[in-house]
Amino acid sequence: MSRMGLPSRLWRLSTGRFGLIVAGVVVLTALVSLVWTPFDPRTVDISHRWGLPGWPHVLGTDGTGRDILSLVMAGARTTVLVAIGAGLVSTAVGVLLASIGALTPRWTREAVAVLIDILIAFPVLLIAMMISSVWGGSLWVVVWSVGIGFGVSIARVTRPELRRVSRSDYVLAGRASGLTALQNLRRHLLPNVAPVFIVQLSWSMAVAVLAEAGLSYLGFGASVTEPSWGLLLADLQQYLQVHPLSVVWPGLAITLTVLALNLLGDALREATDPTLRGRHVPGPKAIPHTTPGVVA
Amino acid sequence: MIRYLLTRLTLLAVGLLVASALIFTVLRVLPGDVAQLIAGTQGSAAQVAEIRRQLGLDRPLWEQYADWIGGVLHGDLGVSMLTGSPVADELWEKAQVTLPLGILSMLIALLISVPFGVLSAVRRGRADGTAISVVSQGLAAVPVVWAGMMLVVLFAVVLGWLPAQGFPRSGWAAPGLALRSLMLPALTIGVVEGAMLLRFVRSATLQAVGQDFVRTGAAKGLTRTQALIRHGLPSVGLSIVTVLGLQVAGIVVGAVVIELVFNLPGIGRMLATDVGSRDLVMVQGELLVLTGFVLLIGFVVDLVHHAIDPRQREAG
Repeated sequence: MSRMGLPSRLWRLSTGRFGLIVAGVVVLTALVSLVWTPFDPRTVDISHRWGLPGWPHVLGTDGTGRDILSLVMAGARTTVLVAIGAGLVSTAVGVLLASIGALTPRWTREAVAVLIDILIAFPVLLIAMMISSVWGGSLWVVVWSVGIGFGVSIARVTRPELRRVSRSDYVLAGRASGLTALQNLRRHLLPNVAPVFIVQLSWSMAVAVLAEAGLSYLGFGASVTEPSWGLLLADLQQYLQVHPLSVVWPGLAITLTVLALNLLGDALREATDPTLRGRHVPGPKAIPHTTPGVVA
Repeated sequence: MIRYLLTRLTLLAVGLLVASALIFTVLRVLPGDVAQLIAGTQGSAAQVAEIRRQLGLDRPLWEQYADWIGGVLHGDLGVSMLTGSPVADELWEKAQVTLPLGILSMLIALLISVPFGVLSAVRRGRADGTAISVVSQGLAAVPVVWAGMMLVVLFAVVLGWLPAQGFPRSGWAAPGLALRSLMLPALTIGVVEGAMLLRFVRSATLQAVGQDFVRTGAAKGLTRTQALIRHGLPSVGLSIVTVLGLQVAGIVVGAVVIELVFNLPGIGRMLATDVGSRDLVMVQGELLVLTGFVLLIGFVVDLVHHAIDPRQREAG
């Protein structure tokens, strides 16, 4: 095993490089949009509506004369926030469920395993619609539904791994030397399964970006005052047949971001999994990395 | 086999029960809303209370749940809180759009993923194999909504081959027309899901290439491709069956979204509308049917997998 740090190991993989660069550009765009966009994304200018790409409107304007580049830049903010929020919640849910499912006495362990198998049948989008029908739609709904929905699949992937590690000698040694279960979890178990979680974190962010776009498109995500790529798609769709070019940009932004996070996840797996290194087995192993039922 | 069947059946029943309880509980967290909605802003407190009583919202939660499940077992999913029409009838009517859409999408996904997935594995490291891999990675990242719009631009606006939106009012009485209006939506879901499926087919094929039984085939004089087709593909088929079960969830969700993009009168558009108007009885029926369907397919996939995998069969 090389002694390089994780970032440089990622950088050596072409997928990792692509993922880091594109994700970096998206985050940077989101930050820049806080202080500067070419135009105010909310400014309506009817005399310049449906402008074609050119100067000064690089990507053209929409049906009310708003600058599309500025709208896409502002939308990156929402995407980044939702991705980070959903990533954190899903990891927390995943760690919690996997720990209960791997480390507790037999009957809770198996009950949780069955529960995970049932919950996995709930697609993220349906969870989001279920929550929306009670509390109304918002970006929080996206964060929580992706967090719960993808958290369950993280638990399913990591539970067996955690269980395997929990029976290893050093964990036993830790217990024998008087560590409590929680101390043992923090000191020996979680560090050992952390790579698996980091890979899943990247993929859960990809899911969150897709879910935000889909739910905002459906009207259950971002409110009309919030900038969002999915909302922009819904706005532009009404004139799709007359002005098809304008629809290209927000869709392209979503696709590139999701692709970057997917590839980053692939690269992270290759860089952290010693059994994969050097063998270059491409593509998913046994576990689907795009959780079923989350496309939106 | 019988024992296996019974275990799976029990798990399916438990799954449906937990799923229904979950849906029911989440949707009843704020039960007052609906009565207020029906009464309108002018409704007095007494009117709201009366509506709550009529809808049975004032009874204990477990009693309402038992009532609902009792009805479900008889095929009665209740009536819409807002329009009063039976949920089951509405669902059945809309299923006539959503079910064919799902089946068509699945077929397209398979037609894309199986041949190209095997090809990209066999031609791994060469230009064409790599190209398929790269394209599928890209397509799997495309949001269904946007894919649908782009296909509309290509096939409806530029080429003018297929209708851009809608479903014929006459429904399946005009099968040609109905099928034509499902083509673009099904193609959208099929391409995106197919791209994801392709990656599993590819890695399953790559694994099969390395298996002993394929190598033995090659050693006894078959070409590598012959050995793969004769001995490798059956095991690839097995993993496809498993992933296909998972993919059903993706297709269900894809259908929900794509029905709005293409303005199709299916279960997805119905669900979005009912969530918007908070018709909780409708929403709980729709969610139960959709998740129940996913659980059921998972059950069927397990059985099929068990039945066709000789290794599992012998293990009992």
